Amino acid sequence: MKPEVLMIIAKTNPVQLEPAVEAEYTVHKLNQTEMADCESHIGEYKDRVRALITQTAPGADATLIGALSKLEIIACSGAHVDAIDLAAAEARNIPVTNTPGISYDDVGDYVMAQILATSRRFSEADRFVRSGRWHNEAMGFGHRVNNRKLGIVGLGPIGRVVAKRGRCFEMDVCYTDVKQIADVPYRYFDDLVEMAREVDFMAVTCKSGAATHHLIGAPVFEALGPTGVFVNISRGVVDDAALIKALGEGVIRGAGIDVFETSPHVPEELLRLDNVVLSPHVAGNTEEVTQAQSDLVMANLSAHFAGQPLLNLVEPGSH
Amino acid sequence: MEPNGVNSAEKLEVLLVCEDPPQMLPALEKHFEVHVQLDAHISDALPAAAKHVCALVTGTLVGAGQRLINSLPDIEIIACTGGHVDRIDMAAARVRGIPVTNAPGISAPDVADLGLALILGVSRRLIESHHFVRDGRWPEGGMGFGRRVGGKKVGILGLGGIGRIIARRVHAFDMEVCYSGPGRKDDVSYPFFDDLSEMARHVDYLVVCCPESPQTRHLVDMPVLRALGPEGMLINIARGAIVDEAALIEALAQGIIAGAGLDVFEDEPHVPEALTAMDNVILQAHVGAFTTEAKLEMVDVTMNNLLNHFAGQPLPNPVG
Repeated sequence: MKPEVLMIIAKTNPVQLEPAVEAEYTVHKLNQTEMADCESHIGEYKDRVRALITQTAPGADATLIGALSKLEIIACSGAHVDAIDLAAAEARNIPVTNTPGISYDDVGDYVMAQILATSRRFSEADRFVRSGRWHNEAMGFGHRVNNRKLGIVGLGPIGRVVAKRGRCFEMDVCYTDVKQIADVPYRYFDDLVEMAREVDFMAVTCKSGAATHHLIGAPVFEALGPTGVFVNISRGVVDDAALIKALGEGVIRGAGIDVFETSPHVPEELLRLDNVVLSPHVAGNTEEVTQAQSDLVMANLSAHFAGQPLLNLVEPGSH
Repeated sequence: MEPNGVNSAEKLEVLLVCEDPPQMLPALEKHFEVHVQLDAHISDALPAAAKHVCALVTGTLVGAGQRLINSLPDIEIIACTGGHVDRIDMAAARVRGIPVTNAPGISAPDVADLGLALILGVSRRLIESHHFVRDGRWPEGGMGFGRRVGGKKVGILGLGGIGRIIARRVHAFDMEVCYSGPGRKDDVSYPFFDDLSEMARHVDYLVVCCPESPQTRHLVDMPVLRALGPEGMLINIARGAIVDEAALIEALAQGIIAGAGLDVFEDEPHVPEALTAMDNVILQAHVGAFTTEAKLEMVDVTMNNLLNHFAGQPLPNPVG
């Protein structure tokens, strides 16, 4: 008999996951929108379900975890487990797994795409052609990317991908981080503003969290200056109001922005600017990533039910 | 450098027939008396005053036909502001012993970079994303997924200066490179395909980097596009005429290929409405070389050739 599992149906589920889970398990489904009132939806199967499959958002709260009396494992599709009540899981020795590290390359690629798009006025040129303006005027010049200086804020796994990509454009790569990293050839700055003064492009790839909240504000933009281009894929690190002001007043040349403090709502001022390339938090969104995510969720579930070690056990207390 | 005579009261006269780069005119005016005639390549009406210039400054797109060259009896040099001189009648210049100079390779990295932007852009749906946010659609739900470039295969048609830079760049994105062209290159290890359709069948991205010539006209046609296939993407940063645009439009509309990133078109600046209405294409206005930095370098190199000539020094960039 197939084990019974509960799958949270969220908008962000990898499309490959649902059919994969259905092929292996007896699946009960709970819509994301039904979670607030989960007890009235899960009554029929709550004492039979052995695995809970959820997403970074919406995670799983103590009420849901507590209601599933036979729960053995929580498999999260996504790297971040902050919305899962880990204490509630730990109290019952229920392991939590996630799918870390599968989109680093994709996010790094996206940062490079934003650097190119912003400098080369990519979006503007596409509109220029489609609107027929090319018939009557010439498109203005963009700016060179190769051979320029790239400063990376946070040389973690994504920052390292950006550095590698930047090097292939003959860019002079430097970085800032909490401390100098021994195994990289890139120039280190311990002062963020000093690095901003030095570079043509600044890419923010550091971790979100209390330590980096609003790390990037007006002083950084002023140091980056009127020929500087700014790219951000890290949530919460940038003071959006300062960024909007810097873009609107020409303090910096342009920006590629994938994350917003108010997402999915994007400030009106940004929508009107020509010197920005905007995207809806898609830096890590490729079909290949969703496939890998789905595969990892399935692999962790299989390992659990086969009594094998879990591939991606989230250590209690690590988050 | 200030060659004899150039900085005296009587400046030498030159004829400028191109708009590109726009910084050329002010640079020339510092040393020469400049006649500007932007329609010189299509009009016979060259003003008498412009006929006795001693140098012709032209661009890659305007070039210099036999008629223009022969209507300038006193020119000693033809300086092209760009790399390609295929629109300059080299035979007409040679007959009169007029040296032609160019500004080679300056914008090759810029064109290659736009090629990378197009590869990444069509794969990651960059323009679509931008409009998705700008049009306020995000609050209603997420956008669809793009595709990873890593692990995919890139076929370069024409492994010249630009093609080689693209090969190096995409390699760092963990993409596999192969190429096709008139012959195998001895100094690279990328797989070579004699047959373009065969390469198209093998790759995910076909990147057109070769020069335009009678041999390359419509080289990318329907059979090549069919070979590229429904997951394949075409990138053209070379010349519009190398791709059969009607076939491309049909291939894009019918899902014969997945998408395209195009900086060049067959009849610029006319871009068929069928293309401008499509979501699976990114369109650019032949801006591969359009960076301020490249333009300033082109001006420097062109001035250097002219000033060397009039100073009786060897030409830094003679062609042919």
